[in-house]
Amino acid sequence: MTTTESAELDLLYTDVEDDLRASVRDVLLDRCAPAAVTAMYDGDDAVVAPLWRVLATELGLAGLLVPEAAGGAGASAREAAVVLEELGRAVAPVPFLTSAVVATTVLLDSGAELLTSLAAGERIAALTVPLSTGPASPLPALTIDADGRITGTVTSVAGAIEADVLLVPVAGAVHAVAVDAAQVTPVVSLDMSRRLADVTFDGAPSELVVGDGEAAVRRGLAVGAALLASEQVGVARWCLEETVSYLKVRRQFGRVLGGFQALKHRLADLAIAVDSGGAAARYAAVALAEGTDVAVSTAVAQAYCSDLAVTAAEEAVQLHGGIGMTWEHPAHLYLKRAKADQIAFGTAGAYRAQLAELVGLPG
Amino acid sequence: MADETALRADLRERVADLLAAHPPATTPRSEFLHARYDAGLAWVSYPEGHGGLGLPGALQSEVDELLTAAGAPDNNPRGNGIGLGMAAPTILAFGTEEQKQRFLRPLWTGEEVWCQLFSEPGAGSDLANLGTRAVRDGDEWVVNGQKVWTSVAHIADFAILVARTDPGTVKHAGITYFLCDMSDPGIEVRPLRQITGEAEFNEVFLTDVRIPDANRLGAEGQGWRVATATLNQERVSIGGRAAPRESGLIGLVAQEWRDRPQSRTPELHDRLLRLWVDAEVARLTGLRLRQKLASGRPGPEGAAMKVTFARINQELSGLELELLGEDGLRYSDWTLVRPTEVDMTGRDAGYRYLRAKGNSIEGGTSEILRNIVAERVLGLPPEPRVDKDVPWKELQK
Repeated sequence: MTTTESAELDLLYTDVEDDLRASVRDVLLDRCAPAAVTAMYDGDDAVVAPLWRVLATELGLAGLLVPEAAGGAGASAREAAVVLEELGRAVAPVPFLTSAVVATTVLLDSGAELLTSLAAGERIAALTVPLSTGPASPLPALTIDADGRITGTVTSVAGAIEADVLLVPVAGAVHAVAVDAAQVTPVVSLDMSRRLADVTFDGAPSELVVGDGEAAVRRGLAVGAALLASEQVGVARWCLEETVSYLKVRRQFGRVLGGFQALKHRLADLAIAVDSGGAAARYAAVALAEGTDVAVSTAVAQAYCSDLAVTAAEEAVQLHGGIGMTWEHPAHLYLKRAKADQIAFGTAGAYRAQLAELVGLPG
Repeated sequence: MADETALRADLRERVADLLAAHPPATTPRSEFLHARYDAGLAWVSYPEGHGGLGLPGALQSEVDELLTAAGAPDNNPRGNGIGLGMAAPTILAFGTEEQKQRFLRPLWTGEEVWCQLFSEPGAGSDLANLGTRAVRDGDEWVVNGQKVWTSVAHIADFAILVARTDPGTVKHAGITYFLCDMSDPGIEVRPLRQITGEAEFNEVFLTDVRIPDANRLGAEGQGWRVATATLNQERVSIGGRAAPRESGLIGLVAQEWRDRPQSRTPELHDRLLRLWVDAEVARLTGLRLRQKLASGRPGPEGAAMKVTFARINQELSGLELELLGEDGLRYSDWTLVRPTEVDMTGRDAGYRYLRAKGNSIEGGTSEILRNIVAERVLGLPPEPRVDKDVPWKELQK
């Protein structure tokens, strides 16, 4: 049983983290209007590249988790979680989670030069697994020949469209494949703000980047899962705050809707849940940063926050009434992100099953 | 404020001095407690001269731990929860110097146990609607009325009491706060039997109870403000230390799950894991709340936490009975007993199931608490208050 925990991890935000949050939020307010994200559903992804350039290089988010020696900021999961809260809040369509968190974590101990160019924001990487892959899931079945040529297809890969290099788990190792050497076919995705692609390799030349690849891949997925909870909290917070703001001004029957007790109580329950999710996600990030209680804290955060974000988005749509059902209102962007995030990196149910083993509650 | 390390060093020295002057092994309990009070180590956040040193309350746990480790007697804090948690901070905030001198010391040592005469049959969630009357008679007040849900009334020496002194004004304005001697012959305490079979609470009938005006706490008509301060204490006193994982009810149910492989079903397993996650997340939320309070950033999550705990306790205790199967059909004891504290883990599952029903009612119903979250946290409009501008005596009873 691995229930070791440190009871007194600091769950509050530091001043540095508050500053980081403010910087990220400012950029998103300027460069990530909801209408621009909505346009992605109609094939216009003009918002992505300039937004990522500012976040990745001007704010240095591409190298946030990369050690200073490799050209990064040497920050921890605490700071990355704050960034993800803000990105979730704006349903920002940038490859932070896929490249700067998951792919970067996979490469962290590799000494690969690629890590330095990722940190500098010069390149973008994606781990070629389906977005639904959890830390304990089976990995895609690909083949590699003696010359390092990879063959096979991986479906529903997140971040591949934005990437210029693909990290491919194959035969227990991780190989890098230039995106030009693979066939990346964008798919119509439930969440077009994190658009998926099917990736086919047909004897694609590759370069070995991590020898003990499976462990690195699973670590990348575990860190992705732990920090996804913060994105989910960001999504949920936006849904709560936006709905509360709307119900303070929307009038029917001569009263603002927010004065009806049936709606107040639903919002109160949501506020309680969002606050709780904030603590769970924060604990997972801090545990990751401190390297303590990681497995349980991640499973708890995912088991809670995956469903929380969906609940918050569903409540936002319902409590907005008709306007919440329109293409024009951004609520649907959050619903789609929340639902996709619920499946991403493993479902809440999968994490509950994992907890059953971790804390000794067998079925 | 002085450096915390220096403060702690100074406190440790004071504790050592106290222990040296009054060795616990050879000092009678009462004498030791009074000496501790005189040393300012009773409650360090209280002012000097009233059992404290005017220090941050966060330093108290170190004092308690050092004294416990030295084998010193404590003041049996669980035996006087209302006194220590609610009466004392209110007396400190609103009392005259004479009142503080008279009441705080025996309250802290446990020589005088306190109860709370607030709720009435007609004033539950709407406490400000209370109808117990206090009428001035020279230097005294004459009190008549009925109070309810009064734990430890049958053993209490004093009570904090709110009563209506001016029925002619609006409900919040006509209330005054008193410190009431429970030995007054006009006080009758009757056990109030609950769905568990026991009588953890009492009904208290007040007939021509006489309270000297010197025992009025705060000004006449200011009772609502004073009572609000008392009730706010209820949520501040969330304990000093983070509870470990699987504390309380979830730990108990998880252990039963581990002990009873024959009772496991996929459906119960799913519910258990969901509740395990909920309980752990609630623990983390509480941990973070405590950290916020300690760093001077109080959040409004107190009401929220209580809603969550009530739900988890109720669902867990229900699950536990199902997990027990046939054993869940039995109950330990329906005899009317009069406990002085709630013991959720010491009795049987049936008791827990029934007692947990009170968790969403006592200390603010979950419905009222949701109003509080909606209005004070989210800033949504308040409930309509048709009685706000009407003199209390004209309200429909």
